[in-house]
Order: sequence, then structure tokens, then C-alpha cells
Amino acid sequence: MTAAGAYRPPRDRLWFLRSRSYALFVARELTSLFVAWTVAYLLLLVAAVTGGTLQEFAALAARPWMIALNVLALAATAFHAVTFLNLAPKATVVRLDGWRVPAFMIQGGNHTAWLLVSAVLAWAVLR
Amino acid sequence: MSIRSSQEPAPAGGDGTQDTAQDTAQDTARETGPDTGQPAAQDAPATIRLEISRYRPERDEKPVFESFDVPMRDDWAVLDGLNHVKDRLDGTLTFRWSCRMGVCGSCGMNVNGKPRLTCGTFLTEFGAGPVRIEPLKGFPVIRDLVVEIDDFLAKLSHVRPWLIREGEELPLTAEYAQTPEQLEAYKQYSMCINCMLCYSACPVYVLNPDFLGPAAIALAQRYNLDSRDQGDRLDLLGGDEGVWGCTFVGECTRVCPKHVDPAEAIQRYKVTAAMRSVLPWSRR
Repeated sequence: MTAAGAYRPPRDRLWFLRSRSYALFVARELTSLFVAWTVAYLLLLVAAVTGGTLQEFAALAARPWMIALNVLALAATAFHAVTFLNLAPKATVVRLDGWRVPAFMIQGGNHTAWLLVSAVLAWAVLR
Repeated sequence: MSIRSSQEPAPAGGDGTQDTAQDTAQDTARETGPDTGQPAAQDAPATIRLEISRYRPERDEKPVFESFDVPMRDDWAVLDGLNHVKDRLDGTLTFRWSCRMGVCGSCGMNVNGKPRLTCGTFLTEFGAGPVRIEPLKGFPVIRDLVVEIDDFLAKLSHVRPWLIREGEELPLTAEYAQTPEQLEAYKQYSMCINCMLCYSACPVYVLNPDFLGPAAIALAQRYNLDSRDQGDRLDLLGGDEGVWGCTFVGECTRVCPKHVDPAEAIQRYKVTAAMRSVLPWSRR
């Protein structure tokens, strides 16, 4: 219950512009849309491969607006992945015989694993 | 908010003020020459302007800013500037403070838009000024820089912040030894001084006051991770207003003056709560 006469400030609709960390947070959340688009795009690719419509899909993918969209999606997804992996030590406290593994080692491990998986996928697709 | 200016002395009064003979002696030394006793114009005391949010419910519909010039000293914190205003310029200025040493957590305010302990924030940090001082964001303002903390205190007690032992009657009388490692598991969360800076920095709490909030969840984790505790706080922490209300902005951790990491506490309990939903028989 609020005390009589107490002043409650109105809701600030531009709160995310008030500090750099708020703006970064909102940017990270918004890039989730591009992560979702990337997943949908990959599912469309799989459907085209299995359904025999790869030619049509390739023609769609080669259109300038689609290339621009996917370049933007790649950048946003990379931003989302990097910030997400950097936050992982907050949720994962690893102790080895009582010694707490520092955050930078968990972050480094995450990024290394990410690069290795990407390299393996690139090798499998491009060979 | 409108801005009013005041440099004229007004009667001092009220509680929560401290004035010392040392302050007076330093003022005199700065305002006069060392030998002649004549005013030394070239050594006029440097000042810095404080823009202070004022809210007097009997006359203000909403907060307004008032400006005060206070002496600029290397060893003065923002709190010293506020006390100078209350002692010398306007005794009606109202704010909370107690220990002056970053222990009690009473003097948290928004300083130039960031939640800070005013006793640990020095005026020299702001160059020529001005320094804008407002009450902590996210809380109803009772008067000037004083906010209502009832909701915060209710949230703290809501998480059952005590050792829960199964099958033992209160008060607990047995002694439970801990290893240094067991102490280390929760120690950082026990350093919280309840200054509420993390709530003021948390946009989720500011937008949705029903959110349990960083300090209360960190306090719950302080007991969850204590080897002596056998309680189960999933019903308190596992809901939408608990850990799942947190969107992980992380600002709570950045503003904490005692280096507690509430964001970590919340994310760790999200993992615990998720595991409990998959493995309902698991504990904590």
C-alpha cells in the first residue's frame, strides 16, 4: 500500500534509451526475431531439398532483397550469439575441486565450441 | 520538472544532519587569507551546483528541481553536499542516511541518472557539475529524496530468509559447522546491504513492481546455497513474478556497491527451476 500523498512517477515509455546497457539489452532481445527468421529460412531450405524444389528456392535466395535480408540476419544472429554466450557464466557456475572456473574460461570455451561446430558444418556443406 | 534556485541560507533543522567544527574551520580558512584575515578573492572557495529533486506533498503536485551551490572539496561525497544544504541552506530538505561508510544502505539515490550510494560517490567525480540528485527510481516518493520501502521489505521477508531445518523446533540451538568451501558457496549473496540500488536499476521492477526483484532473489539464493538450510523456496521463486520475470538486463549487478551478483543468483535459480520441472524429485 502506498503512503498517502506519495508520488508515483508515470511509466517511462523510453526507458530503454536511458542507458547504454538498457539499449544493448533491447537490441539483444530484438535480434531474436532474426534468429527466428534464420531458423525458418533453414527449414524452408530443408523442405526445398527434400521436396525437389531447390531450383525455385535458389532463385528466391538469389534475389537482392533476400540477400540483403540474410546479410542483416547473419549480423544480427552473430550479435545475439556472442552476447548470449558471454552471459552464460552467469547461469553456469562451474567448480572443479572447489575452484570456481573463471567467467572468461567459460566464455572462451563456448566461443571455441561455436567456432568448431561452425567449421565442421562448413566443411560438410562446402566440401 | 521545473527548476528553482536557492543559495540563500535558511534555518537548519530536522534530524539526520551532522555539522562539525572542522567544517566551519575549513570554510573560514578558505574564505580568508592565511595571514591578514582579509577575504582572498583569488582563493574564493570552489563550489559545485547540486540540482536536487524536491517533493513536498502539501505543496507540490510532482517533484521539482531546486539548485544549491555547495563547497567543492576533494573529500566530500554527494552526501556531504546534501548535509551542507540541510545544515546551512535549507533545513527542510529531507533524505535518508546513517553510517556514511557504505554499510547501512540508507543513502541510495539517483545521482546524475544512476543509482548510487551518495556516501560513496564523491563530488570530484562530476567535474564542474552540476550534480543532479533524485530519489531512487521505481519507488513512490514520500518527500524530497525519501522513497517508500514497505514493498521492498515485504519482498525480502517473503522469500523466507532464514535457515529452515526439517524436523527441528525453533529456535535452533544446535551448531552446524561449515567448511570454507561451503561458506564460499553463498558468501557473496550475504554481503547485500539492502540499499535497493539494484531495484532502481532494474527496468523490469520499475515497469512491474510485482516482480520479486534482484535483492530478494539473491537473498533467497543466499539460503538455498547454504549447506545448513533444508528449505524449498521453489514455490516463491519459480513463478512469473519470481526468477522468470527477469529478462537478464544485468544492470542490478553493475550498480551493486557491495559486488553482490544478483543477476547471477537469478540465472542460477532459473537453471535450478528448469531442472526441477524436468526432474521433479530433485532438490534445490
